[in-house]
Amino acid sequence: MIVSPANATVLSLLVPLIGFFAIWATGKSPNLREAMTLITGLVLMGLTFIVFGAVGAGARPGYLLFTVVGGLPIAFQAEPLGAMFAVLASVLWFVNSLYSIGYMRGHDEKHQTRFYMCFAIAIASAMGVAYAANLFTLFIFYEVLTLSTFPLVTHKGDEAAKQGGRVYLGLLMGTSIGLLLPAIVWVYSIAGTTDFTPGGVLAAPLSEAGALPALLLGLFAFGIGKAALMPAHPWLPNAMVAPTPVSAFLHAVAVVKAGVFSVLKIVVYIFGVDFLKDTGASIPFMWIAAGSILLASAIAMHKDNLKARLAYSTVSQLSYVTLGAMLATQMGVMGGAMQIATHAAGKMTLFMCAGAIYVGAHKTLVSEMRGLGPKMPFTFIAFFFGAMSIVGLPPMGGSWPKFLLMLGAADAGQLAIIAVLIVSSLLNVVYLLSIPLQAFYLAPAGEGEKPQGSGAKAIDWRNIDEAPLLCVLPPIITALFALLLFFFADPLYAYLAPIMEAR
Amino acid sequence: MNILAQLPVIPIILPLVTAPLAMLMPSEKMGGRAPFVFATFVVWAVFAACAGLLHSVATTGPISYHLGDWAPPIGIEYRIDLANALVLTLVSGIAALVFPFSYESIRSEIDRRQISYFYAALLICMTGLLGVTITGDAFNVFVFLEISSLSTYALVAMGADKDRRALTASFNYLVMGTIGATFFVIGLGLLYQATGTLNMADLKIQLAGDKNRMVEAGFAFIVVGMGLKAAMFPMHLWMPNAYAYAPSAVSAFIAATSTKVAVYVIIRFIYTVIGADFSFAPAAFAWLIAPLAIAGMFFASGVAIFQDDVKRMLAYSSVGQIGYMLFGVSFGTEPGLAASLVHLFNHGLMKGALFMAAACVMLRVGSHNCSAYAGLARRMPFTAGAFIVSGLSLIGVPLTVGFISKWQLLAAAFDSGRAWAGFLIVASSFLAVIYVGRVIELMVLKPAPADAPEIKEAPLSMLVPMLILVAANVYFGLHTELTVDLSERAAHALMGAGR
Repeated sequence: MIVSPANATVLSLLVPLIGFFAIWATGKSPNLREAMTLITGLVLMGLTFIVFGAVGAGARPGYLLFTVVGGLPIAFQAEPLGAMFAVLASVLWFVNSLYSIGYMRGHDEKHQTRFYMCFAIAIASAMGVAYAANLFTLFIFYEVLTLSTFPLVTHKGDEAAKQGGRVYLGLLMGTSIGLLLPAIVWVYSIAGTTDFTPGGVLAAPLSEAGALPALLLGLFAFGIGKAALMPAHPWLPNAMVAPTPVSAFLHAVAVVKAGVFSVLKIVVYIFGVDFLKDTGASIPFMWIAAGSILLASAIAMHKDNLKARLAYSTVSQLSYVTLGAMLATQMGVMGGAMQIATHAAGKMTLFMCAGAIYVGAHKTLVSEMRGLGPKMPFTFIAFFFGAMSIVGLPPMGGSWPKFLLMLGAADAGQLAIIAVLIVSSLLNVVYLLSIPLQAFYLAPAGEGEKPQGSGAKAIDWRNIDEAPLLCVLPPIITALFALLLFFFADPLYAYLAPIMEAR
Repeated sequence: MNILAQLPVIPIILPLVTAPLAMLMPSEKMGGRAPFVFATFVVWAVFAACAGLLHSVATTGPISYHLGDWAPPIGIEYRIDLANALVLTLVSGIAALVFPFSYESIRSEIDRRQISYFYAALLICMTGLLGVTITGDAFNVFVFLEISSLSTYALVAMGADKDRRALTASFNYLVMGTIGATFFVIGLGLLYQATGTLNMADLKIQLAGDKNRMVEAGFAFIVVGMGLKAAMFPMHLWMPNAYAYAPSAVSAFIAATSTKVAVYVIIRFIYTVIGADFSFAPAAFAWLIAPLAIAGMFFASGVAIFQDDVKRMLAYSSVGQIGYMLFGVSFGTEPGLAASLVHLFNHGLMKGALFMAAACVMLRVGSHNCSAYAGLARRMPFTAGAFIVSGLSLIGVPLTVGFISKWQLLAAAFDSGRAWAGFLIVASSFLAVIYVGRVIELMVLKPAPADAPEIKEAPLSMLVPMLILVAANVYFGLHTELTVDLSERAAHALMGAGR
């Protein structure tokens, strides 16, 4: 092996940073600059695969960068959950880079060099979150991720972008500094360490602590604003002012998944699932997550702007992961972990399709997309498959986490949660699957008219008006990922299973 | 004579003797370079001496130096332990950066005939601050305090060449500062009356177990007097104007050092002179220092949000930050005290860098109003970058010194069972997010006005010291051996002495 897995963890941060400077240096020549992004992406993928392989073989490669204050090192250690998140992020970043090139050029955006530079920092900090060996390290990269994505969200620089950016930064920084940081320091003060330890670190010192575990869990659940648990979610819809590649990658994969990933990791490695189950501290948050799932879906139903609808759908889907964690059962946690992977592939497909529709047909409202299917068949077919995965229909990967979550709810004796999951899937059918169906089967509505019944047209293969290839190919690739996840769910489950073993 | 044995007196003697020489140098020949270069070299020598002292104290323990070889408690003693060695290093380190930084800025902001006076006054001011810190004699603190204050009044007033409001600001500061000094000396008088000694260590011995109204009153006078100097809420009213209208380089120097020194004196009197286990100390912590600290954290930071003048905003922010330091002290625990010392050092680094950035803007754009900062990220990228990094540090973003301060304060709060205090600290940092974020947004997102003239980036002589200070903000955010470890040892020594 060229690089040892331990070094690969820290190189995963270093390589995007080198890429950052390479992109800066080659900013004058767009082709060279994009080549730098793609090369960085390929090298990074290689590194994350090395770590992934080693973790799968039972190793826990780690790297101590240095110790800041006594007992608080910046250190990395890969475990199955983090290794999976890192692979997911690096692969999807590469796909998204292809898409960015198509979108940004097709759209002739300004400041493209800054755009790619910020992306490189964002992916580096996502790697930091994925491999963090303790809460302290996690927090540092969590904040870097927020700051590095702020210029991406406000990329357009107009008043709407500024307003969205203010909410984005204010909410994410506010929750993290106001709730997450005290929670981390509190854990440090109680347990004397912030290391992620199988089985948790709080069970012993807090065995007699009454309501304190629930309070701490609440600080984490809302302090990790990136997990978008209601009511800490408004930053996500506001972030939709960003260019679509940003929404597709950051607000379907890197940023939001860093949030729910952190929640899962804290529940598993700081609290310990058994501890939560015994104290029942997570029950209130399970209900909040369930409420968040339904409420966000309900809001998504009446959003006509496609990206806004997808954003609320994301809020809802993220709460599945939080719900899985808060069920405090093995199946729940596994369901949450699988949801991270399958939702990433599915939702990224949907966002990239939204961007392709925008570039190809300049449409942003769902109501304007009726009858667009025959013109853009590939985009809408990819959208259809992505939506299937989000709803949880076989043969798409998204069906497994829903299944596991239901098992987990049954294990926890929370039958009402099963009903919540079923209702949520039905709502998803209504507001996501309807979009491609209307695109194919309804005729476009004229000015001020009500949509006319069936106007199904055959796809006229000679008259296709798709977005550029680099905008259409990436969503098809991610839709294929979502499909493959259905068939390879078992190996993934086996890969993740060790996180539940308290060693 | 062994020169190294005389090291403790060098930071005082050297600038005190050379300041009049700087004054005699020509202001107008060679653009006033002679006093500038001379003073800069003196300050670097002082910094080297202070760094040497810190090293020596850290490795071999406290140093006691007897002036004129008169043994204490009769003679004056310079007593250097970790706590004041750290402050000495901060003050002289900031001076070593501000002096080279000041030249271009000062030439554009004060009457050129005053350049040699300016450097003489700045040297004297530094001497006073170092003297307050280094001495182990309570009355000597007062003497040096007046030396630094009087020179500061003059320095602030020199801003009148640009903005005549500097005169009223200086006068205001003079009146308030004199009241503070008077309170302080009354307090000293009462302690002297009770004990018959002025040596701090001796005071401590004489006061042990002594519980009477006179000592309590003396302590109260000292805390109020020094609180005024430290701009402890609500005695901060002199500060925003003084910082806003002083020449920019002066603001950078005094903002980073003088209030810190006053906070240090409060800590020194509480722990070394009175002793934390003194009967009324817990009550003073709980009912006086903590509430005022919290009020400062919220009120002053809240006022900072509504300032149109960036230098005034930074001044109000300083009042809030002093609140954090006093809040840490008020826990009455070792981690709390250590956190205060860490923040004292770290805040010097961030405020120094922020005021330096403001000085660069003043030089090139000619204003310290918010509007001057519009579009600055494009017009002066390095200055804007410095402002952003040190501003983030002020907020407490990870990888900067501000984060280390916040972490230490939070850990101290949770450790002492004051979870509510932890949440107050983070809640008040939101205010910092707002007032810093406001300026950053102006610099990054708002375009410069269309009729704004083309401006250059600040000259290298200003950029280099500023960027060194910014780099220190990041370096000490990652490597805390110097700040946190030494502060913890210093706090341990101070608290140990209190038992």
